[in-house]
Amino acid sequence: MTSGTALSPPSNADTPTAHQRERATTIFERSVAGRRAGSVPKTDVPERSLADLIPANLRRERPPQLPEVSEPEIVRHYNRLSRRNFDLDTGPYPLGSCTMKHNPRLNERVAALPGHARLHPAQSPKRAQGALDLMWRLERSLSEICGLPHVSLQPSAGSHGELAGLLLTRAYHEDRGEERTRVLTPDTSHGTNPASVTMAGYEVVKVATDERGGVDLDDLRSKIDESVACLMLTNPNTLGVFDENITEIARVVHASGATLYYDGANLNAIMGRSRPGDMGFDIVHVNLHKSFSQPHGGGGPGAGPIAVSDRIEPYLPVPRIVRSEGGNGASPAYDFDYAQPKSIGRLRGFAGNFGVFVRSYAYIRSLGGDGLTEASETAVLNANYLLAKLREGRAGRYLPVAFDRTCMHEFVLSGASAKRELGVKTLDVAKRLLDFGFHPPTIYFPLLVDEALMVEPTETETREALDALAEAFDEILAEAESDPEIARKAPYTTPVRRLDEASASRHPVVRQAL
Amino acid sequence: MLDAIGAGSIEELFDQVPAEVRLDRALDLPDGLTETECFDHLAGLAARNAHADAEVCFLGAGMYDHYVPAIVDAITQRSEFLTPYTPYQPEVSQGGLQVMFEFQTAISELTALPVSNASLYEGPSSVASAAYLAIGATKGRRKLVVSRGVHPHSRETLRTYAKGFGADVVEVGLDGGVTDAAELAEAVDTDTAAVFVQNPNFLGAVEDLEALAAVAKEAGALTVAAVDPLTLGVLRPPGESGVDIALGEGQSMGGRLDFGGPSFGFFAATEEHLRRMPGRIAGETTDADGRRGFVLALQTREQHIRREKATHNICTSQALNALGGVIYLAWLGRQGIVELGELMARRTAYARERLAGVEGVELLHEAPVVREFAVRLDAPVDEVLDRVAEDGIAAGYPLAREYPEYEDGLLVAITERRSKEDIDRLADSLGAAIGALRTHTVQKAPIPEEVAS
Repeated sequence: MTSGTALSPPSNADTPTAHQRERATTIFERSVAGRRAGSVPKTDVPERSLADLIPANLRRERPPQLPEVSEPEIVRHYNRLSRRNFDLDTGPYPLGSCTMKHNPRLNERVAALPGHARLHPAQSPKRAQGALDLMWRLERSLSEICGLPHVSLQPSAGSHGELAGLLLTRAYHEDRGEERTRVLTPDTSHGTNPASVTMAGYEVVKVATDERGGVDLDDLRSKIDESVACLMLTNPNTLGVFDENITEIARVVHASGATLYYDGANLNAIMGRSRPGDMGFDIVHVNLHKSFSQPHGGGGPGAGPIAVSDRIEPYLPVPRIVRSEGGNGASPAYDFDYAQPKSIGRLRGFAGNFGVFVRSYAYIRSLGGDGLTEASETAVLNANYLLAKLREGRAGRYLPVAFDRTCMHEFVLSGASAKRELGVKTLDVAKRLLDFGFHPPTIYFPLLVDEALMVEPTETETREALDALAEAFDEILAEAESDPEIARKAPYTTPVRRLDEASASRHPVVRQAL
Repeated sequence: MLDAIGAGSIEELFDQVPAEVRLDRALDLPDGLTETECFDHLAGLAARNAHADAEVCFLGAGMYDHYVPAIVDAITQRSEFLTPYTPYQPEVSQGGLQVMFEFQTAISELTALPVSNASLYEGPSSVASAAYLAIGATKGRRKLVVSRGVHPHSRETLRTYAKGFGADVVEVGLDGGVTDAAELAEAVDTDTAAVFVQNPNFLGAVEDLEALAAVAKEAGALTVAAVDPLTLGVLRPPGESGVDIALGEGQSMGGRLDFGGPSFGFFAATEEHLRRMPGRIAGETTDADGRRGFVLALQTREQHIRREKATHNICTSQALNALGGVIYLAWLGRQGIVELGELMARRTAYARERLAGVEGVELLHEAPVVREFAVRLDAPVDEVLDRVAEDGIAAGYPLAREYPEYEDGLLVAITERRSKEDIDRLADSLGAAIGALRTHTVQKAPIPEEVAS
């Protein structure tokens, strides 16, 4: 696949592409009895029958039907599959709320160093001082960026950080002898927020959005009372606008005794310009795979460290990293501390996604404080520029921005006019973008906006790439003015065309029959 | 660009941030580094870690030093797998989606359970995720019974999550290295949502899953087994032992040690739990022209659709690590998974006997083992480990912190990378360290009163 082009791609499916002609074949279907790739070392200890070592009733009778394939076949198979993916290195990926910024390859290189990649998690901290030092430095960096004094790197992803934050909230209130049962989330929140609230044993209460796109203060005041444990907020929020009433929101929440939680999915808008801690947030999660450039890997891995205020600190997960200053010029020593009587406990095995920490730490050190600030400034500049370019063209009429303000790092368009006037839905526009070599924006989110398209270009796209994206939108809408069927049946050039998602859920086939 | 926007400066774009919450100073972080400087700095940190290529590693406890085939790195580092997001647009994500489908098939085969998801974060949190499923599936039962043979990190994670679920966690002890079946039968009742066991358990012992699952089933509770995937070439799979949910840590399948993460968790279950499963699931379908294709199936379970009614809050899976897993399993293949299990079982048996023959070492239990076993040392474990480390050996995982009842316990792990020669070196080094420490202790023994006076 190629990246954005000014030439209109094909809009019919008469001539299937090479990819389309190739039938999807799984690695299991390539299996031929007796073939193999890897081999296991020969036994160098006394040959003993397995029957002497493991009782028959605990042994496996038939081996699992793993593929029988040679190494060249494996390589060719997965290389073929790789070409059936669109990726960030191929073209722009303006997926709102996901911060698809470039992943510097230096970060991959340093993560692969044997001292990192080959370090066993049960190694004695005495013999893993470099790793603990790196984690300590990353904690301190995130503390400074978030404006909150204490950090735990342990959560494995944003949603894991949310669950951690809610369990911290529960521990905090319980320690004060309070039983609170409800958690407030705006109607624009990420789906993970309410899902985490339920997992943490709280009831979700929605807060309305006002006409400026921020939290409706009257609705907030009417819903907050002593049964509320927490308000979860994203700022800038999922509409891409900064909530100007944040100080008042924090005051109202704290007056009721609740905690204020910051979903860090949109931190890329404000690094070095504003800090959640200074806004009054008690708990923040940071998506290292968004703002701090861990590659997304087709859906993971990531990491969701949390930063918290003094009053939440005693409850942080264990183990914590502690540093003791070496006397007489000796370097400081690091250790894991498990003795935290008020801790909520562990959220996972060992000490977190260290490989992710290495990449994000390398990213932070590469950019430095000023570089991070500039990254956020450029992200905001790029989003506003793309919005301006879209407004100049047909998108201004058919896909107007949902809240007409200066945006932060992303913005939300509404496809309601395109649907009404052209008979082309947001889904159709998204699918046609694929033919132009762009990954579409996030669609149908936030739920508040009819036919939503949520666009986040990030700071690593050039002006030329943004212009090409705006032109592609314009061309798709121009096509739709003359023939809406083109978009309705798109895409045409992708390895497969529109897929039947409904039947995949009604009659799920989730494994290969062997 | 500012002209196109109609703004005079970048500053103006940030006007919407109220003055009182603007940071009016530069971030207090070091200046940016060039690529060379940054590499050198990170390499300097890495050099202060004793990694598994720099010593002989008998550490296990859930993550193991297995060989990672070169093709795993070669394929997972391809941009097309490394840099896309979750496959929300299936037409341009067929590669990733098919990998998920293949992964699910491989996990389903290994565990002998019909349905698998496309991965979770890692091992211990997958155990807690199974508890959430079990509470939902058993209509509000609120008791979780967990064997002390389950990884301590998993048990601790389960307790953390259980606070949110409003559930109680009850532990059942070990007898002769394996779960005490009588104590389990006593603990399980009609309020029990699930019984959690591990195979082989944390002390390396092979459990009789079928017998334990039968106890759970009798009370209408689910059986959740954390299993070690690389033992499933030789051990009876959970799906043939009455287990409802099998899950575990995926690191050993082609994953880096990475000081504990990122890796992936796998999660397989009986058919009836498909619609309650956590995480992404790929499903097979067809496109508008009838071509075979793959999509994210059953998305109505998930948080981005179902919000507070979702079956789990998870969004990020571990797609890249799971890709490494399926490449590894294809590389190992149908014969390799059996041969690997057999080799580990034989070497582990050798290592166990060799260590048991060392003065000051005795077996902690005599139950069957495959890849890991526990011993007791007649000298302070931490001091022994320090001395053995001087010989370039990481001897194992000390049990004291998580099993105070085995204060003198050490867990030793074997993989295909630990040769007979390595094992012999370990035995000799352990013997020398214990011997030296015992002499040392004797010298420090209190002087008898009559002599002192």
